[in-house]
Amino acid sequence: MSHDPLNVITLVSVGAHPVTGRARRAEQDARAVDLGLSLAGKELHLLHAGDPQAEALRAYLGMGLAEMTVLQQPPQADVLPALGNYLRHAGAQLVLTGSQAETGEGSGMLPYLLAEQLDWPLIVGLAEVESVTGGVAQVLQALPRGQRRRLQVRLPFVASVDNAAPEARQSAFGPARRGQLQQQEVAVVEDALLEEAQLQPARPRPKRLKVIKAKTGAERMKAATAKASAGGQVLTDMTPEQGAEAIFALLRGEDVLR
Amino acid sequence: MSDIIRRDPRSEWIARNRLHPLHASLQALGASWVGPSGLIRKNPHAVAFVGPNGLKRIDRSGAQQGGGGKRASISAAAQLPLHIIEQPSFHIVVVPDMVGGRLSSHDKDLLGLASMLAGSEGAVVAVVFGEHKESAFDTAGVDRLLHIQGEAFVGYTPEQRIMALRAVDDQLAPRHWLFPDSRTGGGELGRRLAAKLGERPATRVWQVADGQCIGRAGAGQQDLARRAPRLILAAAECADPVGETRHEVRAIELEGTLAHSLTRIDNLGAVAVDPALTPMAEAEFILSGGNGVRDWELFHQAAEVLGATEGASRVAVDDGFMPRDRQVGATGTWVTARVYLAVGISGAVQHLQGIATCDKVVAINKDPGCDMVKRADLAVIGDSTAILQALIERVSEYRQGDLRDVA
Repeated sequence: MSHDPLNVITLVSVGAHPVTGRARRAEQDARAVDLGLSLAGKELHLLHAGDPQAEALRAYLGMGLAEMTVLQQPPQADVLPALGNYLRHAGAQLVLTGSQAETGEGSGMLPYLLAEQLDWPLIVGLAEVESVTGGVAQVLQALPRGQRRRLQVRLPFVASVDNAAPEARQSAFGPARRGQLQQQEVAVVEDALLEEAQLQPARPRPKRLKVIKAKTGAERMKAATAKASAGGQVLTDMTPEQGAEAIFALLRGEDVLR
Repeated sequence: MSDIIRRDPRSEWIARNRLHPLHASLQALGASWVGPSGLIRKNPHAVAFVGPNGLKRIDRSGAQQGGGGKRASISAAAQLPLHIIEQPSFHIVVVPDMVGGRLSSHDKDLLGLASMLAGSEGAVVAVVFGEHKESAFDTAGVDRLLHIQGEAFVGYTPEQRIMALRAVDDQLAPRHWLFPDSRTGGGELGRRLAAKLGERPATRVWQVADGQCIGRAGAGQQDLARRAPRLILAAAECADPVGETRHEVRAIELEGTLAHSLTRIDNLGAVAVDPALTPMAEAEFILSGGNGVRDWELFHQAAEVLGATEGASRVAVDDGFMPRDRQVGATGTWVTARVYLAVGISGAVQHLQGIATCDKVVAINKDPGCDMVKRADLAVIGDSTAILQALIERVSEYRQGDLRDVA
């Protein structure tokens, strides 16, 4: 990319391994770090709010960064005010986050609330930053089914990254050990949620059964013996052009011809 | 149906038996009613019935019931009861995704949850942006429909939509806002609204009961049980869809005009993605070829022109025309495409299993009796090469017409 390095801050969190539950770098945050590295190189700032002693944070430093800022917060704190205050004075042009945390509530609200607090626009599901010219960024947003959408947004903005972003690079052990965690003392705001809500081990959800709502025996018999679908329109004895026209009309109606 | 008039002893028996569930549907309709002036009016033509010998008879004893020629009405008359809320004491607002302009199964589950929360007092309001193609809002459980149209809501316009939803919040003061927690728009819109309104939402909720809700937390290893907040982002299969009632889809309007906000995010439109690179399991539009395809060059060309991801049946893969990772079916990939175009595939059971979740299936085949034609929503019987050729020409013509319009 030809533009000057942006001032990019990536917010990182401590993740949990999906099977063992062991602390690790969070998958989406690592992708956000990777995206930040491709935009700002070594100038990328990492920011974490939480425990500065967490070993899992070093995995982000192992991706090729020398230091990271940690706003010291206890486990049950609401980190939003601390992050908001820090970012307001950090002079960042782009704040990258994952789209939801792997531990705790994991509501995915943080990027939205940060954008609201800072009054910056928010891009959801950032896949790529194509160009930044004159304070306006042109970015690609990832959509379901592998689709992409091009958006134009004025700097500064917040962007969340989900699993459609490019895969994160590996973390190297040596740089991870050598990296510095710069600790900062900030005010602590308690989060009231867990006073009224309980976290419990996830219950497997019941599989939905096919319920036949038949009132009479005849209807039950019909439902039991009927084929899955009655079948649609069958066009016979047509010229290929007429057949193609019918298919074309359906494809246009379903809006899949782009 | 033949014109021979027959007695139907079973329907006569149902008509006599007041406890039978179909009793009401077999009563002669419109024989007498109360007119506008309060007088009882009778339709003299409906009084008579056709007797077994084909002559019209009038039975003055009042015992006249049932009768011939009514057999077809049994199934047709069974209509779901209409659920009417004249003066709702509160509102439950649902913002469905409307993928492709129709209610998705996730949306229907959400409407089911909404009507459960609304009970018999509240009204379920669905907020729909832009054009839609849905015709079954009534059986999905929508009491009120707020259709917000306009230039500003076409395409990806989260900021405009949030402005509109805030206006809805001011107007209706809903007891609950329900959004589908999906990647197709609902998850984003719900969270944006939550941030704007300053409400803490419950996300990935899969159960709401007795004022409590349970949702997945973290990476899915834990559940969070809490009091149901005003904003709920519900996962798929959070409740059963409405199935027992019809609802009056009464249109309501947004009061006042919407303030036009300055958009900070400009939509430059969809980007052409190479369909060959999208994973087949999540491709939206698949062109799949089987044993009936003779000209594979033409098939690849068609996929390129249509912008479809390529798939194949097992036979085509075994014969070496397509790579193994393109195989659709039980032994290959289970696809979730919205439109599946099957060329020369007869539809083995394993293949039909693999495309079970596809919305629209189009078949091009020589054999009108094959299973794929029975499964398909649209089947064209004929030579696949000629039809593909014609389709390529038609689509290229359409694309060029588009370019001319732009220029």
